[in-house]
Amino acid sequence: MRRLPPEAGFLLVLLALALAFELLGWIFVHQSFLANEQRLVVMILQVSVIGVIAVGVTQVIITGGIDLSSGSVVALAAMVAASLAQSSDAVRAVYPALVDLPVLVPVAAGLAVGAAAGLVNGTLIAGTGIPPFIATLGVMVSARGLAKWYTRGQPVSMLTDPYAAIGSGVAPVVIFLATALIFHLALRYTRYGKFTYAIGANAQAARIAGIHVGRHLIAVYTIAGLLSGLAGVLTSARAVSGQAGMGLMYELDAIAAAVIGGASLSGGVGRITGTVIGTLILGVVTSGFTFLRIDAYYQEIVKGAIIVAAVVADQYRRRRRLTAT
Amino acid sequence: MGTAAAGRATPPLLEVSRLSKSFPGVAALEDVTLHLGHGRVHALMGENGAGKSTLMKIVAGVCTPDSGELRLEGRSVRLDSPRQALESGIAMIHQELNLLPTMSVAENIWIRREPLNALKFVRHRELNRRTRALLERLAVDIDPEAEVRTLPLAARQMVEIARALSYDSRVLIMDEPTSALTEREAERLFAVIRASATRGVGIFYVTHRIEELSAIADDISVLRDGRHIGAGTPATLSREDIIRMMVGRELAPLPAAAPAQAGPVALSAHALSVAGEFEDVSFELHAGEILGVAGLVGSGRSRLAETLFGLVTPTAGEIRIAGCAVRLDSPAAAISRGVGFVTEDRKETGCFPSLSVLENLEISVLSRDFVRCGVVHWGAARQACERMASALKVKTRGLSERIENLSGGNQQKVLLGRWLLLKPKILILDEPTRGVDVGAKAEIHQLITRLVAEGAAVLMISSEMPEILAMSHRVMVMHEGRVTGILERQAATQVKIMDLAAR
Repeated sequence: MRRLPPEAGFLLVLLALALAFELLGWIFVHQSFLANEQRLVVMILQVSVIGVIAVGVTQVIITGGIDLSSGSVVALAAMVAASLAQSSDAVRAVYPALVDLPVLVPVAAGLAVGAAAGLVNGTLIAGTGIPPFIATLGVMVSARGLAKWYTRGQPVSMLTDPYAAIGSGVAPVVIFLATALIFHLALRYTRYGKFTYAIGANAQAARIAGIHVGRHLIAVYTIAGLLSGLAGVLTSARAVSGQAGMGLMYELDAIAAAVIGGASLSGGVGRITGTVIGTLILGVVTSGFTFLRIDAYYQEIVKGAIIVAAVVADQYRRRRRLTAT
Repeated sequence: MGTAAAGRATPPLLEVSRLSKSFPGVAALEDVTLHLGHGRVHALMGENGAGKSTLMKIVAGVCTPDSGELRLEGRSVRLDSPRQALESGIAMIHQELNLLPTMSVAENIWIRREPLNALKFVRHRELNRRTRALLERLAVDIDPEAEVRTLPLAARQMVEIARALSYDSRVLIMDEPTSALTEREAERLFAVIRASATRGVGIFYVTHRIEELSAIADDISVLRDGRHIGAGTPATLSREDIIRMMVGRELAPLPAAAPAQAGPVALSAHALSVAGEFEDVSFELHAGEILGVAGLVGSGRSRLAETLFGLVTPTAGEIRIAGCAVRLDSPAAAISRGVGFVTEDRKETGCFPSLSVLENLEISVLSRDFVRCGVVHWGAARQACERMASALKVKTRGLSERIENLSGGNQQKVLLGRWLLLKPKILILDEPTRGVDVGAKAEIHQLITRLVAEGAAVLMISSEMPEILAMSHRVMVMHEGRVTGILERQAATQVKIMDLAAR
C-alpha cells in the first residue's frame, strides 16, 4: 500500500480554508472569494516575498537550525539595492548617481548583501558552535541596525523604472515559483540536498559518513541569506523605495510557512512543496480576512492558531506512525 | 506479601494469561501465557521482532492487549498507563534510560516524591539520606548528589533500578540492560539484580546474550514470531536448544575465520597517543586480516577507533596507511584514503532516523560516486543500493521505508552496506553486532569474513568474547589506554584475554 505524501494533507487544508472563505463570502458579503482572478493574483503577490524567504528558511530548518535574521536582512538588502537603483535625477540621492546604473547592479548588490549576512550566520554557527537561534538573533539585531545606519534612517526613493519593474505585475510571483522549483529540485536530486537532510537527521552520523558538516551549514545559511537578499530586492522594487523598517517580522512568517508545510524544527524533515502550500495557506488567510472585512487583529490571532495547529497535527501524525511499527 | 485467596496455594507474583496483540498487518503477540514467581529472574529470549518488547510494554502498561489477562498475585489487573503499572508495583527499566541528566541521583530517584518542609521547599539532607539508604541496600556505591550525566552508563542503570525499587516495585522489567556494559559492570549489575530478587522482587529480563543466562536467570522463556515457543531453566536448556527455539532452525556455529593471507600492511599505528585516553599504541593491520580489539569499556578502544578515523586528533605518534604517514583531520579525509567506520552506537552516530533506507545507504558513496556536477544520478545510485540491500539480505518493505522502522539487526546491515558501497580497504568495526539478533549476527559475521577474503583489512572492536575468538586472526587487548598484548589466533583464549584486559 502506498501512502499519500504529506503534501496531500496540506493541500486539503488549503482547499478547505479557501472553500470556507468562499462559503462565508456568499453568506456575509454576497461575493465569490475564488471566482475573482485579481484577488487571487494579489493574494499570491502578497505572500511571494515571504515565500522566497521561506524557501531558504526551509533548508535551514531541514538542517535542524533556524534563521531569525531574514526580516532584517530584507531591510538591509532593500536599502543597499535601492540606494544603487536611484535614478540620476533623484533629489536626495544616497549616492549621487550621475547616470542610472544598469538594473543588474542594485540587484547584484542586494543579493550580495543577503549572501554576506548568511555567510556571517553560517560561519558563526559552524565556527563557534553556538546555537543557530543565538547566532541569527545577533545578526537580526545588527542587520536592522546597519539598515538604519546606512542612510541615518532616511528612506531611499526615486528608483529607476527598470528596477521598479522587478516588483510590479506578476514578476514577484514568477520569481517565487522559480526559486521554489530550483530548490525543490536541488533538495531532491543533488548531493547538496542529500547532505542537507542527512545533517538535520543526525549531524554526528553525517560527520562520520564523511560530510563536511560545518562547510555545508555555511552553504545552507548563505543560500538562505541570498534568498532574503532577493526578497529585499523584491520588496524595495515593489514599494519603489527602500526603508529600514521593511521586512519586519518576515522571518516569523517564513518560519510559519515552512512549519505549516511540514518542516520539523528538530531537523531532517521538510519539503519545498510543503512550504509553498504553507505560504499559500498564509496568503489565503490574510486575503480571506480582508475579503470578509474582518479586523486585522483577528487575522493575527487566527494565524497564530494555525501555526500551532500545524505543529500539533504533525506531532500527532508522527506519534501514530511510531506506534504503528 | 502474597496473602493468597483462601484455600489456594500462593499464586505466582505475575501471571500473563493468553495475551494477544496485533498491530496493523502483523500479529505481534499470539496467545502468550507465562508466569513470574516471587524472587525469580525470568529471562525472555527471542530474535528482534519476536514480540519480547511488545509483551514487556503490555506488562508495563505502555500498550494495552487485544485480549488476554494480567494477574498480579492472583488478582486481575488492567494497566492503561505506565503510571498505573508503577502504582501497581510494576516498573520498567528502558533500554534508553529515562533519567534527567542535569539533575542529581537523589533528585532523579525521588522526583515528584521529594520530602518537603512546611514551606514546600525540598529537604535536601533528608533526600540524600534516603537515597544513600536505598543505594546501600543494593550495595551500590554512588554519590546521591552526583549529577547523573557525570555517571557511567552502568551506574545510571543502577540508579534506574534504585528508582524502580523506591516505588516498592515487585516486578521489574529490564530490557537488554547489559548491552552497553562491560563484563565487570554486568557482574555488578547482576549482583544488584540478585539482591533485588532476594527481597522478593520478580524480574523480567530481556536479553540477546545466551552466555548471560546461566549467570542470572532462574527461568527462561523463548518467544518467536509472537508465540511462546518454550520454557525451562538454565539447567534444562542448552545453548543449542535455546538458539534452535529462537531461530526455528539449526544454526551453524560461528564460522572459524579463514586463515589470514597476510597481505601487506594496510594500516599501522606507531606510538599513537591521545592525552587522557590512550597511550603509546602501536600495531600493524594487514590486508586480508581481522584484528580483534578486546578490552573493557574505558580501555580506550573506541577512542582509538575514532582517532584512526580522523574524529580525534592524536597528541603524539603516527598513523600510516599503506606505508605512508597520514594526518587525518576529518572523517572525510579518512574515507578518501579508503577507511570506513561502523560506530558502536547505531542510534547516536549511525542512523539517519527520519530518512529512508536508500538515503541511509547512499549517503557516503555520494561523496565520490553517482554524482556529476552536484546532481545525483539517482537511477544508478538506487540500483547500486538495491544490489547492496539484497546482498546483505536487509529485511525491509522497500528502500523508501524509513530506517527507524527496521529492526536493530537490519539497521546494522544497512550501516555496514553504507561502507561496503565505498569498497573500503580498511574497515573499522566497533561492536558490529551489538543488540543484533542471532540470525542477523551470523549474517554480519559472514559478510565480514567475505570482505576480508576479498583483501580488505578489518579492525574489529568487540566486548563479546565468542565473537572476538571466532572472528579474529589476531587479538589486541587493551587495558586502561595501553595495549597489554597482541595474541596470535592459536594463543588467544578467553582466559588469556581476560587476564590481559583486567590485569
